[in-house]
Amino acid sequence: MVNDTATRTGVELRGLVKTFRSADGPVRAVRGIDVTIAAGQTVALLGPNGAGKSTTIDMLLGLAEPDAGSVSVFGMAPTAAIDAGAVGAMLQTGALVRDLTVRELVTMMASLYPAPMAVEEVLELAGIEQIAAQRTNKLSGGQTQRVRAAVALVSDPGLLVLDEPTVAMDVEGRHAFWTTMRAFAARGKTIVFATHYLDEADAYADRAVLMARGRVVADGPTTEIKAMVGARTIRATLPDVPLSALGRLPGVVNADRHGDAVILACSDSDAAVRALLDEHAEARDLEISGAGLEQAFLQLTGGEDDDEHDPRGDSAAAAEETLR
Amino acid sequence: MNATYMRFELLRTFRNGRFFIFSFAFPLILFFVIAGPNKGETDFEGTGISAPLYYMIGLAAFGAMMATISSGARIAGERSVGWNRQLRITPLHAGSYLGAKVLTAYVMATLSILLMYAAGTILGVRLAAADWLAMTGLILVGLIPFAALGVLIGHLLTVDSIGPVMGGVASLLALLGGTWFPVTSGFMYDLARCLPSYWLVQASHVSIGGGGWGAQGWAVIAAWSVVLSLLAARAYRRDTKRV
Repeated sequence: MVNDTATRTGVELRGLVKTFRSADGPVRAVRGIDVTIAAGQTVALLGPNGAGKSTTIDMLLGLAEPDAGSVSVFGMAPTAAIDAGAVGAMLQTGALVRDLTVRELVTMMASLYPAPMAVEEVLELAGIEQIAAQRTNKLSGGQTQRVRAAVALVSDPGLLVLDEPTVAMDVEGRHAFWTTMRAFAARGKTIVFATHYLDEADAYADRAVLMARGRVVADGPTTEIKAMVGARTIRATLPDVPLSALGRLPGVVNADRHGDAVILACSDSDAAVRALLDEHAEARDLEISGAGLEQAFLQLTGGEDDDEHDPRGDSAAAAEETLR
Repeated sequence: MNATYMRFELLRTFRNGRFFIFSFAFPLILFFVIAGPNKGETDFEGTGISAPLYYMIGLAAFGAMMATISSGARIAGERSVGWNRQLRITPLHAGSYLGAKVLTAYVMATLSILLMYAAGTILGVRLAAADWLAMTGLILVGLIPFAALGVLIGHLLTVDSIGPVMGGVASLLALLGGTWFPVTSGFMYDLARCLPSYWLVQASHVSIGGGGWGAQGWAVIAAWSVVLSLLAARAYRRDTKRV
């Protein structure tokens, strides 16, 4: 169905822009995104809530029309790719329709596609043979996600799009889910998934596209991205020490104070914690934590929203998630 | 039309218990409660037709109306779990999707009508075969605006608000349409004659030699069908967002 020249490029997003209207004025969910994904690649769209991941995915799937820019999937417009059965997707919000068994639901969805996988094959691939006879409204959260994965896979799509697919899953469920997806990727399929888990991007993607506030802030192999955002934070109770002294400690990038507590953003937390205890033995209640994507992104983007029309930052993020 | 998809749509509807109570059981119970005691009345409120026939048609119209409008509740339910968006990323076209919804609504409406006919027969309603057929035909045509209304409200309202709206609209339309008592004069009458539910109930006049709907009846049904279908199509097209 997809010819040889087209298979080289899986997905091409060019200059994508999308602004939503909200009660508080326009929310610029996506502000110019360029990403090209080769066929057969597994790519993570990594970013905190409100980065514009879901909006980007909606445009990739033709569920939202970009204000500017273009989307191409295997050289086709999204709707054409969907009609050809070349796209499968697990959307972020979503459950299953009720009053059917798992097998009936998968059979129904298979009937919509030109060249679907055999129903039994999909059930096996998604690891849901055991629950095939159960009604869709009697499943646990994790089971529901696996059935939704089966629904996404049933067309045997060239491109699989997953929007934060493992949010409702426990550790075991996540593992099983990604085992399925790896098996599917091994068939030469292109996979794009959105996540806010750095570890997930690191473990399962070839490449990560970092998004923050509607823009791509970094794009590269997951190892590079991990080093870039893997910064840690030290928190300690340490009154009466000037921040300037703490900022000079080796491995510390930035020092901040909240009452008696100091917060040190570190590029090398090991060096920083040694130096801190050497010079300030009175420091108590030490906590070292991963900075978290949100904070890492703030560092990457300089913590500034570079758009004077929309200085609301996080509220834009929240609005994007709740916009209908 | 995709036969497999259609089959599972129907299966899903048949397995929904609440739907059965409202579309099938509720009108039947009302019929026996209301028409039962007036079984012997042959000229109901001066209409020239028997009380059981009057209520059989009235409640068949009401049940069929509920059955078709309630496709909206199923659509709203599916939208609330994101199923509408899931279907949009399949090759299923709008025509097939809406066609399946309307066909399902009609199958349920037809069943509801047939059950009411059976109940009417139990209370002594007897009609010529041609009258049964003509009446049924008119009812099925008269349901077109309600099928469109179901799709329209299903794509406009949320799963929480659709129940009350559906119940309210259907009850009001049924009342003004003459399901419960004949509407024969005054402002109510003028208003009723502009409503599709009135003509649904008027389908019963066939059985006493009335000529069906007449020009106004057909015009009212056609106008409501066109307007509501356009609005329904518009609501469906715009409904791509996360709910």
